[in-house]
Amino acid sequence: MNPIIRFSNVTKRFGALTVLRDFDFEVKQGEKVTLIGPSGSGKSTVLRILMTLEPFQEGTLTLAGMPYHEPDGHGPFKAREKHLRQIRSHVGMVFQSFNLFPHMTVLRNVIEAPVRVLGLSRNEAECRAVDLLNMVGLADKKDHYPSQLSGGQQQRVAIARALAMRPRVLLFDEPTSALDPQLVGEVLGVIRSLAHEHDLTMLLVTHEMRFAREVSDRVCFFDKGQIVEQGEPERIFSSPEQPRTREFLASVLG
Amino acid sequence: MTWTQLLPNLIKGAEVTALIAVASTLLGAVFAFAAGIARVSGGRLLSAIALTYIEIFRGTSLLVQLFWLYYALPLIGISFDPIATGIFGLALNIGAYGAEVVRGALVSVSEQQREAAKALNFSGAHTMIHIVLPQAVIEMMPSFCNLAIQNLKDTALVSFISIADLSFHAQSLRNLTLQSVPIYTLTLLIYFAMALVIAAAMRWLENKLRRGAAFPKGAAS
Amino acid sequence: MMYGFAWDTSTPLAYAISILPILGIGLIVTLEATVCGFAIAMGVGLVFALLRRAKSRLITWPVGLIVEFLRDTPLLIQLFFLFYVLPQFGIVLPAFLTGALALGLQYSAYTSEVYRAGLEAIGRGQWEAATALNLTRAQTYRDVVIPQAIPRIVPALGNYLVSMLKDTPVLSVITVVDMLNLANLIGDRTFEYLVPLSLVGLIFLILTLGCSALIHVIERVLPKRGIALR
Ligand SMILES: Nc1ncnc2c1ncn2[C@@H]1O[C@H](COP(=O)(O)OP(=O)(O)OP(=O)(O)O)[C@@H](O)[C@H]1O
Ligand SMILES: [Mg+2]
Repeated sequence: MNPIIRFSNVTKRFGALTVLRDFDFEVKQGEKVTLIGPSGSGKSTVLRILMTLEPFQEGTLTLAGMPYHEPDGHGPFKAREKHLRQIRSHVGMVFQSFNLFPHMTVLRNVIEAPVRVLGLSRNEAECRAVDLLNMVGLADKKDHYPSQLSGGQQQRVAIARALAMRPRVLLFDEPTSALDPQLVGEVLGVIRSLAHEHDLTMLLVTHEMRFAREVSDRVCFFDKGQIVEQGEPERIFSSPEQPRTREFLASVLG
Repeated sequence: MTWTQLLPNLIKGAEVTALIAVASTLLGAVFAFAAGIARVSGGRLLSAIALTYIEIFRGTSLLVQLFWLYYALPLIGISFDPIATGIFGLALNIGAYGAEVVRGALVSVSEQQREAAKALNFSGAHTMIHIVLPQAVIEMMPSFCNLAIQNLKDTALVSFISIADLSFHAQSLRNLTLQSVPIYTLTLLIYFAMALVIAAAMRWLENKLRRGAAFPKGAAS
Repeated sequence: MMYGFAWDTSTPLAYAISILPILGIGLIVTLEATVCGFAIAMGVGLVFALLRRAKSRLITWPVGLIVEFLRDTPLLIQLFFLFYVLPQFGIVLPAFLTGALALGLQYSAYTSEVYRAGLEAIGRGQWEAATALNLTRAQTYRDVVIPQAIPRIVPALGNYLVSMLKDTPVLSVITVVDMLNLANLIGDRTFEYLVPLSLVGLIFLILTLGCSALIHVIERVLPKRGIALR
């Protein structure tokens, strides 16, 4: 089976700083991949490129066979907005800082995109939204505003919001890093239940090592814009081969 | 004339002032949003046009602008009646100031909100109208309140282009009766009262927006 | 006023060049009015700002009302008020001074707010530290508060200076002969207003853009941490 995500020779620079150099990376449909690594190693950058929030300078990236760059594309993304929107229709993202829309209720946050972008009827969108809110355990909060929810609740709404668009690929960028320790569990619980979805491809950046070990099919250790080591979680965590991986795991696992 | 005889005369002028103030504030808001949005996300050409408009009208005197519209434009074949000229001139002027407020509020909405909108695949227009603007408008309200009061004060200048507003009535009454103290005291008080009404109205509107009443549950469809 | 001056209306450019020296005279009046008006505004505004920090409500409340009133009523009417009412109390000022006074009073409302915001931005900790070092109130203002308030206050004052410059044409109603007044007088003679009025607009534009650029430079040059006096 062809991989759903394929980076080949991707180079990404911020001005003079090269964050990714000749980066190669593939993810199969339905695979749950966790990216771990030290701060500044480029993990978020990989997700943000996939979400079309950041352009890249060289190489090719395809999503389900569709290249990000168009042959005749202009602008930083070397692609037309229409093309980018087609790519975005397959990808969803959950942010570290939730980024719910503060001026909309929980329900409206979840149905806004399905109604506006997918063209669903309001009723249908609401039915699905209520199902999703049930799944994350927040159906009773649907008429609240984000500011009336705890961080953990906001992040669960954000997950429901992303799922409402039925993405094939869902990206999580440190979804629990902004949360108080006692709220981390509820969000991880929701992500864990998603990990059982057979078709959903998940890319997760996290510092929760035990969780990564539990839910992922593959763990990639990232350093200086490169994958230093990757493999099944059991192997990476119990017998890492590379000294840098060992060092990193020793420092985070204490 | 006694104070009570002066008052009805001044009130007649105040009605004209109120009309011009309200109309030019509303029209000015249209200019402000158009130019402010063009500045932030209008592409290079629109943004340059908006910037030129803003700099010209913020950079010159309102009175010069009014005279220019009133005396100079007719010479090149463009003329409106005085009231329309007054409303249009005031609106262009206050709109230029408002555009800077709109621009500032739009860029103050965090980049993360725009990214979240992108991740949900919203179009650029939808992001502006439904995500960025509703959050920015609340930030604009205190400045808009100041500008609306500024505009009310500025309406006094339309008396120069022969509009019979409150200032014009005050001036003709003085020329007629020479009772400067009561006339100007009353006039100042009427302007002050109108400013207080504007401030109260804007605060009411701001509170309404803040409570989320402007984004009711049914607004999505 | 116009005697001794000639103008050439053959082409717009010749017309513009021939009236430029006349407008130059008005420009000087405009600038003088702005400088005098702003000096008054800075002084009176400071008095208002300090009074509004007084302990007693009997002071802060009426002063607050006066400031609000000055800010929320039109300059034009304040100008007429001073021009026609002051002489009734035996105070007869030249039109220019009446104009400068009106500008100064209206803008004192704005400058007092600038001072107030500048002072309020100084955190409690700074006052407490000054107390802990046993500085007097005057020393605290001079050595701690004012130096830190300057970088906030100066650019804001500069912006109001530019605003005031743009308000000076209003003084032409009380016979102050500024640029706009002269442009209208020329227009009355030649029946051609487009060139003189556009020229006045252009001069204002150059002045205000220049001033705004200068304010930006000052804002950038002033150290954010403040300036220690002496
Ligand atoms: N917008 C930007 N402009 C300039 N440099 C950036 C930008 N975004 C990221 N970088 C740089 O790119 C590098 C990789 O950043 P990235 O956010 O991908 O790291 P990360 O692995 O997600 O780290 P963390 O664990 O801290 O989130 C860092 O050195 C960072 O400073
Ligand atoms: Mg990161």
